[in-house]
Amino acid sequence: MNKRDQIIEIIRQVSGKNLTPAPDESLFESGMLDSFALTDLVTELENKFNLKIPDSALNPRKFDTVELIEQNLEEWGS
Amino acid sequence: MAFLKEFGSYLPAKVVSNDEIGAQVGCDAEWIRNVSGIEERRFAAEGETVCDMAVHAARDCMDRAGMALNEIKMLLVSSGSSERQFPGPAASVAKALGLHSIPAVDLPMASAGSLFGLSLAARLSESVGNILVIGSEKMSQIIERQPMERAVAILFGDGAGACLVTPNDGKAEVVDSALYSDGSFSEDLRVEFGAPLEMNGRSVILQATRKIPRAISDLLEKHNCGVSEIGTFLMHQANQNLIARIARALGVAEDRFYSNISRYGNTSSASMLIAAAEWSKAVGFEAGVPVCFAAFGAGFHWGALLVVGRA
Repeated sequence: MNKRDQIIEIIRQVSGKNLTPAPDESLFESGMLDSFALTDLVTELENKFNLKIPDSALNPRKFDTVELIEQNLEEWGS
Repeated sequence: MAFLKEFGSYLPAKVVSNDEIGAQVGCDAEWIRNVSGIEERRFAAEGETVCDMAVHAARDCMDRAGMALNEIKMLLVSSGSSERQFPGPAASVAKALGLHSIPAVDLPMASAGSLFGLSLAARLSESVGNILVIGSEKMSQIIERQPMERAVAILFGDGAGACLVTPNDGKAEVVDSALYSDGSFSEDLRVEFGAPLEMNGRSVILQATRKIPRAISDLLEKHNCGVSEIGTFLMHQANQNLIARIARALGVAEDRFYSNISRYGNTSSASMLIAAAEWSKAVGFEAGVPVCFAAFGAGFHWGALLVVGRA
């Protein structure tokens, strides 16, 4: 499973919705993520990719699309 | 050494249901309950001020302590919703209590203000004497500003809480506290003069769910106290879903966190002391059992305070 598929799998898990968001689809606007699912998403990403995202980098906009999450994971060292 | 002698609270009589608030912002009662755990909240009467509610809570606290008002040597009054820029409510509260020559200090901090007040009082009481910490909020006057924002309007209520901190006697001894502030997120939760409350809920929840458990864990670790040893967590009543996430992050059952948010909503800096006043009356401290306070709010300001019950 590539990184993008792993991200989508985590999004499905924390949202409880078995959907496949397009890479540039807003996860917030589409209703896949709310404030609390976002916190679960961050925790699961840290666990899955074995990284610690600093609080200062936790801008919700960085988690708005699968594409953005993938790009930011690179930046955070995954 | 410092001790928590007694708590007090005041809730206005007017109950506002989810149906009522939902009708104003276009959502139903069940949705409000699902996203927040709130069933109803209290709103102050027209003309009832932050100072009025603070005075009620102060009198309740001193009555419960069986102490006279003139035994208070300092007031710390927290509010993020006071009616004017200055002076804040502290001096008016002191006057209303008949205290004309003690320092009365405002802590203009939403949500975390009463935790900061308790921590400061614990550090000062040995030299000052009895310090009454009050959190009082009239959030209704802020959330009713137009345009009403649904995510904000459903959350907040009015009320006041108080705690008497003393240098020599009380129901619990203060062990230690840890306070933190980070202005990087000050734009994410704010009220400009006369304007509606602005909240980036995603950022607030994301930061709170990480910072609160860390503050608690670090404080407990410093004192070799396991999370499982804590009898009760008394936290700022922001949102039941947030409390659940924090309990999960700490690995403890959600019911170890006292909660009254279903009845009062989020009363900002008053909420933790209102919860403590109710809990101490219904359950109360047990000798040797630690209790942990925690809060998070606009600023961001956050922290935790550890106490141990006394016989």
